[in-house]
Amino acid sequence: MTSASTARARAAATTAIGNLPYLVGALVVGLLLFYLVGFDEGATSLFGNTMVVHEFVHDARHFLGFPCH
Amino acid sequence: MPAKVVIPRAALAGALGGVVAWLFALWFAEPLIQAAIDYEAERGEAEAALDAAAGIAPPEEGPEIFSRTVQGVWGIGAGMVLAGVALGLLFAVVYTLAQGKVALRPRVLALLVAGAGFLTLYASPFVKYPANPPAVGHDETIGDRSGLYLVMIVGSVVALVVAVLVARAVRERLGTWNAVLVGGALYVVLAGLLVALLPSLGELAANVATYGPATTETPQPLRDPAGRIVFPGFDPDVLYSFRVYAITAQVLLWGVLGLVFGALAERSVGPRSQARELESV
Repeated sequence: MTSASTARARAAATTAIGNLPYLVGALVVGLLLFYLVGFDEGATSLFGNTMVVHEFVHDARHFLGFPCH
Repeated sequence: MPAKVVIPRAALAGALGGVVAWLFALWFAEPLIQAAIDYEAERGEAEAALDAAAGIAPPEEGPEIFSRTVQGVWGIGAGMVLAGVALGLLFAVVYTLAQGKVALRPRVLALLVAGAGFLTLYASPFVKYPANPPAVGHDETIGDRSGLYLVMIVGSVVALVVAVLVARAVRERLGTWNAVLVGGALYVVLAGLLVALLPSLGELAANVATYGPATTETPQPLRDPAGRIVFPGFDPDVLYSFRVYAITAQVLLWGVLGLVFGALAERSVGPRSQARELESV
């Protein structure tokens, strides 16, 4: 293995570890947003069942194919 | 590209996709949504008249927190853009993990990942549980419907992961083209099993008890006790157009997400950074 390819392999490994917190963050925020737009205040409710979220994004929920009344 | 570069670009591309889908929705979906809401209201009056004749109290109305204008212009906009950002973030996770494993140009990989998202998070679930306008869908089954829709989404994602792993495993022996065919066929079989095994909405116990056996929750003609039709069933043309436009909006959203992100990703590995790569070799 040349020193250049070793350096590249090490750089790739460092990036993979450095990526982890960002990937977990993107996954959690992405899933939370997906849930809020698509499902909250329908069958389940995270922040109190006020129906404000459900009613505001009502049309989008229908048009994006999520279950709605 | 490291995740911290991929994520904001993918979120931006997703938001742009959401904006395009919003503009499309304002033009094409809103008239149909309004028609469906009008149908629901008029049908409600006809049902109330029947109930009154039979001496039953009318059902409660849903809450009216936002006007139709707010829902139909800003609510749908917020929903589409937030959904775009959410899908962009999920796209970013898959793209970051996939980029080191394939020998594809960034813009090609971006379109592939967007296509996979469309297939698993939307198209496959749609085959079993298609998008419905207001008036189609019973309040009392919202829990069942949410659960079943989630099962379709998660099941499709698992099916595609399995298909990709199998395709990678047989690639050495069969070559790339045939390995992709095997993976594709496996996905169709797995997703098809899900579609075949999950219940149709009309078959849910709550629906059979109230409405009798049916395939869907689409409102049928309303009949008086003598069996005469006093109010028509839901307009099938409205239902058809709504669903075609709903698919179109998703194609636009995922398409813009994949193409815009692909262009942004190509720029970051453009001529300058390619030159740097060459120097280091």
